[in-house]
Amino acid sequence: MKTLSPTRQALNYTVLIVITVFMLLPFVWVFFGSFKTQAEFLGNPGAWLPESFQIGNYVQLFAERGFGDYMMNSFIVSSVAIVGNVLFSAMAGYALAKLRFRGRGAVFPLVIVAMIVPYVALFVPQFLIVVQLGLVNTLIAIILPVLALPLCVFIMRQFAHGVPFELLEAARLDGAGEARIFFRVFLPLTGPGLATVAILSFLTSWNNFLWPLVVAQSQDTYTAPVGLSVASQASNTISFGLLLAGAMVVLLPILILFLFLQKYFIQGVAATGLK
Amino acid sequence: MSTTATRAMLTPGTSSRRPRGGAKAHGGSRAEATTAWLFLAPFLLIFLVFTAIPAILALGTSMTDMTARDIRDPLGVNFTGIDGFLAIIGNPGFQRSFLNTVLFVVLCVPLSMGLGLALALMLNNGIRRLRTFFRAAAYVPVITNIVAAAVIWQYAFSISGPVNATLGDIGIQGPNWLGEPGWAVTTVVMMGVWRTTGTCMILFLAGLQAVPEEIYEAASTDGAGAWRRLWSITLPLLRPTTLLVTVLQTVSFLNIFEEPYLLTRGGPLSSTKSVALWVYEQFGFGNVSASMAGSVLLLLLVGIVAIVQFRMLRPKH
Repeated sequence: MKTLSPTRQALNYTVLIVITVFMLLPFVWVFFGSFKTQAEFLGNPGAWLPESFQIGNYVQLFAERGFGDYMMNSFIVSSVAIVGNVLFSAMAGYALAKLRFRGRGAVFPLVIVAMIVPYVALFVPQFLIVVQLGLVNTLIAIILPVLALPLCVFIMRQFAHGVPFELLEAARLDGAGEARIFFRVFLPLTGPGLATVAILSFLTSWNNFLWPLVVAQSQDTYTAPVGLSVASQASNTISFGLLLAGAMVVLLPILILFLFLQKYFIQGVAATGLK
Repeated sequence: MSTTATRAMLTPGTSSRRPRGGAKAHGGSRAEATTAWLFLAPFLLIFLVFTAIPAILALGTSMTDMTARDIRDPLGVNFTGIDGFLAIIGNPGFQRSFLNTVLFVVLCVPLSMGLGLALALMLNNGIRRLRTFFRAAAYVPVITNIVAAAVIWQYAFSISGPVNATLGDIGIQGPNWLGEPGWAVTTVVMMGVWRTTGTCMILFLAGLQAVPEEIYEAASTDGAGAWRRLWSITLPLLRPTTLLVTVLQTVSFLNIFEEPYLLTRGGPLSSTKSVALWVYEQFGFGNVSASMAGSVLLLLLVGIVAIVQFRMLRPKH
């Protein structure tokens, strides 16, 4: 296996480059298209490059289309989701892997079930509940369901297994309380797990679409994807350039983070496969 | 799907056992139990409110005549038993969305898995350099925001968009991708494959890394060619991974919603309307019980498919 002929390697590279081009082409289009004026789209719809790089679409997006507010909502939702998931899944993972109590065997299957249930089966009854709680059209309703993701609990339980009991017992013998053991001994030892959970909860909450679409009923609670989707429904009155600029703005935070934290992204989604 | 499924899922890293007598060492386990439940409380509370109760509500409301008007006062509904289920099973719109969903699964699952496996094989030992780059490139669509992606696809596949312009340059008259039923299905399938190939690739890569290199060396010494090694060694050893990816992809495409909703709104002529989209539409029309019956059927289907796949692909001892 280690002695691949140069011809075989050249063939593999060719195939990989072709696939990669198809995977990345949409991102090239969105980048260039976001700098085009509506006149350019109408005049020469097939052109790849803009005639000149106009930032008018971005200006209009934020100045007239309220995209700044949508982005702010998305940032709030994602930040709270990251904090919640890191804390709650670490707590739950620690309890499931490192503490002994009656009923532990019953809790873990719940985590698995929660990971499997298709979301489509849940959003309508979730909406009924949110109506009863009086939370329709609030950011709280958008955040709550993604605040303690079962997949994050699963990941933290796996990472918790890697923490030796001896260290926790030693701290216990030294007289440390449960909270102290958790914050001072356990958390510092599960850094990569926490990073994976943070990335995964960011991705989930930032990319969440169906639930915010159902719950956010006025513009002041739109997240960026919902705002973009609503704008694209009115696509005969809005220019492609503006929509592509919107897409660019929604994509950028993820792409920038991915550039720096690739490893944790891949770990996070590989963990989705483990379920 | 409980036992077999769960066992397959739990194989990695479950072997950590607590030393005996640990609980006694720090003065009884009641404090430990209290801590445990306190630590589990946030997860359990959210699970209760947003998964357990909704699941029961879904089953309950699907057997009533609930409409949008009853949402704020849900106690006024009438129990109708399985009438709602019979009604939607006989409904041509639901049947159409069911067949469409099956078509998406049948097309998207093998395509994304085949492409993902090919990529994984090439990245694992088919090239020497740039592995990280290619892996990342195939992976970017997975993390992409789907609404943003759909906006790009709508633009790219519009009648005079860049795809048709490029086809025109090489002398091919491009079709009306999103406006004709057959082509709309093709576009939705392409986007589904584009978005999930990276996931398959990552999982297959993880599976391949568990295959010991010595087996290949031994096989090579015995004169086995590349295809022979793929069929007789790699694929059999990848069986658990293949099972996992098949189930994940099937479940994911049975639930397909965003691609058809964002690209075509289920059209033209309902050609891309999936069950999930039908459920969403019925909810929007105020037919809450019909919508719930649809999602309960989808839930059952997902469960059955997962069980069948686990049985079919379970390693034979």
